[in-house]
Amino acid sequence: MVGLEHYLTVAAALFVIGIFGIFLNRKNVIVILMSIELILLSVNINLVAFSSHMGDLVGQVFTMFVLTVAAAEAAIGLAILVTFFRNRGTIDVEDVNVMKG
Amino acid sequence: MTSLDLSIALPEILLSLWAMVALMAGAYFGKDRLAQALTWATVAVFVLLSILIGVQEPVAQQAFGGLFVADGFARFAKMAILLSGAAVLVMGMDYLERTKMMKFEYPILVSLATVGMMVMVSAQDLITLYMGLELQSLALYVLAAFRRDSVKATEAGLKYFVLGALASGLLLYGASLVYGYAGSTMFADIAGTIHGDHLPVGLLMGLAFMLAGLAFKVSAVPFHMWTPDVYEGSPTPVTAFFATAPKVAAMALLARVTFNAFGHAPGDWGQIVGLLAGLSMIVGAIGALGQANLKRLMAYSSISHMGFALLGVTAGSEAGVKATMLYMAIYLTMSIGVFAFMLTMRRDGRPVQGISDLNMLSKSQPRQALALLVLMFSLAGVPPLIGFWAKYAVLAAAIASGYVVLAVVGVIGSVIGAFYYLRLVYFMYFGTETDPLDDDGVPAQRWMTLAAALITVLGVVNLFGIEGAATMAAQALVH
Repeated sequence: MVGLEHYLTVAAALFVIGIFGIFLNRKNVIVILMSIELILLSVNINLVAFSSHMGDLVGQVFTMFVLTVAAAEAAIGLAILVTFFRNRGTIDVEDVNVMKG
Repeated sequence: MTSLDLSIALPEILLSLWAMVALMAGAYFGKDRLAQALTWATVAVFVLLSILIGVQEPVAQQAFGGLFVADGFARFAKMAILLSGAAVLVMGMDYLERTKMMKFEYPILVSLATVGMMVMVSAQDLITLYMGLELQSLALYVLAAFRRDSVKATEAGLKYFVLGALASGLLLYGASLVYGYAGSTMFADIAGTIHGDHLPVGLLMGLAFMLAGLAFKVSAVPFHMWTPDVYEGSPTPVTAFFATAPKVAAMALLARVTFNAFGHAPGDWGQIVGLLAGLSMIVGAIGALGQANLKRLMAYSSISHMGFALLGVTAGSEAGVKATMLYMAIYLTMSIGVFAFMLTMRRDGRPVQGISDLNMLSKSQPRQALALLVLMFSLAGVPPLIGFWAKYAVLAAAIASGYVVLAVVGVIGSVIGAFYYLRLVYFMYFGTETDPLDDDGVPAQRWMTLAAALITVLGVVNLFGIEGAATMAAQALVH
């Protein structure tokens, strides 16, 4: 029987993979965008799992909002990435280094 | 949805309509020829809306089934956001035109970000919070990369986007846990599930993730890494905007979440927020020491100021919230003054932003140098200027709530911070002789620097009466 805890475990695993994807990846900015999507999807799994467990629809409504915003976010992220590529000719993470923080 | 709901959210609705009308106007007629007119019109809209919000009765009114609230706290924060946004738009215009960046999208993106901020400070539900935060963030990502042909600006935009999206992800994960363990997304219902002084573990986890996400947005240490790079890379008018309105909105949102949703357990989040505050005050002060770029210096300065503002939230009391709101208003005034001057910094027509460019400013522009000196003293918290009283109020609130160690950390941080503010004054008055900066700033920028300096001096008398408004704001938030 698949219960709430299984869904939460999968979501937590996806979330951690997403976070690690952002920080450990040294290659490509596209991978970072994918990691961000992964984090948002783990949130969606959480929300839908809780929603169905509690019999409360709000969680699923929240999921729809998150999905919509994630699409807008990806569009803006890719747009910024394109302008960056035009200026630098590369999208390697290691080349995002004109300014040192 | 009734007409009452719509009238409560009227300022937000009007501003979104304005943004859409302006977008249509810009797209159909004249493109960038309209940019200047649209910017002035946006300034007018901001000022009118802040008057509209100011004359509203300061009673708490809930709209849309309790998802959205207009109360004294939201009123204070919204007026601060709108007025600082208007000031930043006015002072940035000259810079944008000189650098050929005056595009009609600029005032529209600022308007959309402002709508997002206004929704943030009025949020009474996790979904409202998220939508407001994202509307603001998405517009700000684009603004950071507004100068499309500049490597630095696009890099700043990319960094801001990646870390901002990560912050939104953390916040959302926290929100999903809070929803699951509290059974509701409404702040009032979340508060209703908390019995006793401590949070259940699930809610505490959710709260910790949410605070991490919000700390990103207020650029509190250890989530501050993006700030210096984004401040340096973005065009200066955009940096000025980043340093003002979004900070107020994020701080107000943080106070909203902690007090409205988790107000019954101030000890639990007090520890987290207190840690953020203490680290920000110290790291912000130390990080600024070695900076040679004025924008990076202002970034670290804003980090340490956010630490002080967070100290007021940490206190968990009405006095603390009042001190935070006053601190934010005073911080806005000082930042606007400094950035208005930075926008005039040019040598041979090219914008410069090095600290060494201030060398002997006292000779070439004595009035501006004096105003900047006053602002720097005020930012450093030198009595009797207004910046000192802002710091005093938060420290007093923290001590009254028993956070003595944090208050001591704050004093140490502000002493370290005084060094780099005074270093700027040293450069202006006793630096080495170099080519003077161009002295061709537009009157709006000059007068804003001078007015900000004047406010920091004259405000000592009675804070121009904003203390009463801040008290009302704090009372509305802390029941």
